[in-house]
Amino acid sequence: MHFTNSNHTKQNKHRPIKAKSLIHKTNIDIMDKVMRMSSEKGVVIFTKSSCCLCYTVQILFRDLRVQPTIHEIDNDPDCREIEKALLRIGCSTAVPAVFVGGKLVGSTNEVMSLHLSGSLVPLIKPYQSLLYQAN
Amino acid sequence: MNTTTSTHFVPPTRFEIYDPLNQIGTMWEESFKNNGGGFYTPNSIIIPTNQKPYSLSEDGTEGTPHKFDQEASTSRHPDKTQRRLAQNREAAKKSRLRKKAYVQQLETSRLKLIHLEQELDRARQQGFYASNRVDTNALSFSDNMCSGIVAFEMEYGHWVEEQNRQISELRTVLNGQVSDIELRLLVDNAMKHYFQLFRMKSAAAKLDVFYIMSGMWKTSAERFFLWIGGFRPSELLKVLLPHFDPMMDQQVLDVCNLRQSCQQAEDAVSQGMEKLQHTLAESVAAGELGEGSYVPQITSAMERLEALVSFVNQADHLRHETLQQMHRILTTRQAARGLLALGEYFQRLRALSSSWETRQREPT
Repeated sequence: MHFTNSNHTKQNKHRPIKAKSLIHKTNIDIMDKVMRMSSEKGVVIFTKSSCCLCYTVQILFRDLRVQPTIHEIDNDPDCREIEKALLRIGCSTAVPAVFVGGKLVGSTNEVMSLHLSGSLVPLIKPYQSLLYQAN
Repeated sequence: MNTTTSTHFVPPTRFEIYDPLNQIGTMWEESFKNNGGGFYTPNSIIIPTNQKPYSLSEDGTEGTPHKFDQEASTSRHPDKTQRRLAQNREAAKKSRLRKKAYVQQLETSRLKLIHLEQELDRARQQGFYASNRVDTNALSFSDNMCSGIVAFEMEYGHWVEEQNRQISELRTVLNGQVSDIELRLLVDNAMKHYFQLFRMKSAAAKLDVFYIMSGMWKTSAERFFLWIGGFRPSELLKVLLPHFDPMMDQQVLDVCNLRQSCQQAEDAVSQGMEKLQHTLAESVAAGELGEGSYVPQITSAMERLEALVSFVNQADHLRHETLQQMHRILTTRQAARGLLALGEYFQRLRALSSSWETRQREPT
């Protein structure tokens, strides 16, 4: 007896394409969202409330007289997708993800390296407030 | 049956079987009696005072006691001769067995001594005498963790040795004439050596972050200055600064900026650590205290602890970058002087720790 899989194959042909297109669409959506969020003026940081290194980075910018825009993603329904997207963009760890002027700077390691080499301050200079923030 | 020779205890190191015949039979009987039936112990080997066979002993009797054939003479009674020879063979055999047992005891003691010496060396080098790290029966560590940490301690011991060697070399070379190329090589090696330590620590932190955090592998004086598992980058700069003079204007500016950014980075990381402590305390205290059940909340506390590893790594990253920037700003010779000064600083801290421990152990 010779069984052909034609029916089975036809079904398989349709299902994966449908699923793929859905995922693909969602990925684009997420990427758009991340791009939108990161392109806001000045310093943008993606954080999680439970992440203490995120807090470290925020403290550093505060000391440099910069008020960054914080996106706390753990409350966002797309949290996990956003994390994946941030990794895909090239951030070493998903959070904290630091953007300056719409461009990715990196995570804690990159920010610290830049600062110790003296390259961070010139980068954020346009966004530094003139008044010293005592806090 | 009386023995007619005088006997006394002889230290085991001088024990030797110089006459396999009758004296062994005497020895065996004597030690058996004196040890209350034990086979024998090294401290109580008894051999006759007379060292030469068949020589006159102190009390004038014939040197070799003939315990077993006092009434017989060789020529008149061949049977008894045979019996004597057989008994001597027997005694010799027993003596050989006894010697074998003694040697085995010595071997075991020797191995034990070597092991103890190694432990002592290691502990002395690291400045603490807690033995729980080498206690393989410690129940609080999994085998993997324990062996990984022991491996780290050994590796660190080698690291310190190499560090000392490099420091001596730098000192010698800076005191004489040295080409810039050779000096640069030494500086690069010294830098790589520090970076190697950070890699070692990172691997060990994955196994036991609390061990790294508490600086247990360092000496006590070093631990006094501990900041997240190592030295403070800002402290490093403070120690090194005087050794860079004279500096060019641009260098002065760069070093000044580095000191400031280093301090800011350090402060930010410190505050992040404080927040971690705070959130951990909160998560431990969450739920009803006094109810006696912790299991449901323990997961969130465990998650907080995972973050410790990333903090240890971040602290080492700051140390790494600070060293890197110093290397960039300084000339080769300045960097060499700085590395020598830094190495010596830590050597002094280690020496201070040993002196302190010696002082503590002296009777007051």
